[in-house]
Amino acid sequence: MSDMIRLVEPLIPALRRYARALLRDPADADDLVQDCLVRAVSRWHQRRSDGDTRTWLTAILHNLAVSQMRRRARRGAHMSVEDAPEASLAVAPSQDGALRHRDLMAALDALPDEQRSVLLLVTVEGLSYAEAAQVLAIPTGTVMSRLSRARDRMIRLMDGEGVTVPAKRPLLRRVK
Amino acid sequence: MTARPINEDDLQALVDDRLDPARGAEFEAYLACNPDARARVERLRILGRDLRSAFAPVLAEPVPARLNLAHILEARRRPRRPAWQATAAAMLLTLGGLGGWALHGALAPVPAGVDALAQEAGASFAVYAPDRSRPVELAAGDRDEIARWFSARLARPVEVPDLSAAGYRLMGGRLVATPHGPAGLLMYDDSRGTRLVMLMRSMAEPGDAPMREHRSGSATGYAWAKDGLGYSLVGPADLAGLHPLANEIRRTTATNT
Repeated sequence: MSDMIRLVEPLIPALRRYARALLRDPADADDLVQDCLVRAVSRWHQRRSDGDTRTWLTAILHNLAVSQMRRRARRGAHMSVEDAPEASLAVAPSQDGALRHRDLMAALDALPDEQRSVLLLVTVEGLSYAEAAQVLAIPTGTVMSRLSRARDRMIRLMDGEGVTVPAKRPLLRRVK
Repeated sequence: MTARPINEDDLQALVDDRLDPARGAEFEAYLACNPDARARVERLRILGRDLRSAFAPVLAEPVPARLNLAHILEARRRPRRPAWQATAAAMLLTLGGLGGWALHGALAPVPAGVDALAQEAGASFAVYAPDRSRPVELAAGDRDEIARWFSARLARPVEVPDLSAAGYRLMGGRLVATPHGPAGLLMYDDSRGTRLVMLMRSMAEPGDAPMREHRSGSATGYAWAKDGLGYSLVGPADLAGLHPLANEIRRTTATNT
């Protein structure tokens, strides 16, 4: 198990980042990472020894996030990003960057779930297209088409249609 | 050589800096005469930078303690149930098995009489003897109080045997629930910390029952009944002198009762 600590521990910050980007609420995101680590510990012996640890862990995290999003969607947790208090967004932006940051988050929230995942995995997490395909269990071609659509949609939302971004999906937040 | 047509996958790879250099050179030529495509690539690159910097602060945060992998591993290594529960369960199974063996051939393999008592005593020993923080409910200082309490709950006079001659000091007692009603538990220990448990309760049958030895992997017990009151003395399996001690208790209580 010591090799597990050696291989997994350095990846935890990036797992937190992906979870935060998906769920936005810091506590919810860390809950998710904790679930992911508990699962990883119990399934460590089941992973392919030649497989990449980061891809394996990210896939576990992603699948947990998807089931959590589905549960929330069923519960009807719903809040538009304009209602979200600033503190629940990923970072506290500086005054100058505040508007831009807000637009960026709003646009990201407006993406369909499957496009957002691809965009974050490739752009923010720096996974290769093949790794992203493995995490999401989809063909690489699908990764490419979703990536293209996600980027164009982000640009349209941010530049083309101004700041009034309709929240097309229920924002994933803890129900207080 | 004719350049391959520019496709969308190449453009995405260009944005991500993942295009192989040869293809990249072809692309530069294409972008030079397609300002719209060039602007799009530039815009998408800015989008990527913005996204990365938006979530970059998360990487700099200290990782919360609950995400400490060593803690998670440790929590997993710890048995789900406290060890005494597992021991008690093993004890019950073993004693249940022994009780069943003692009664083999009987229609109902449920232990009865002193076999049932021995099983209860074994379970109590497994639960309370390893308890370091609160092995007994009522401390030995209240010896008379223990005797009064047990006598009241067992609805008959009950004595607290003195084992100091054998080197065992009374630690105290507690009441234990059994399928056959309340039982009084006494715990003793010696100077090395070896603990003994004595369980006493009323038997369904009046009169005496001969002493029986009950063994399991971790404990040995001697159970008997005198005048309708059942006794079971349980100690560690490797403990010498437990049988003579049980005989001594039986003799003493017999003369006292």
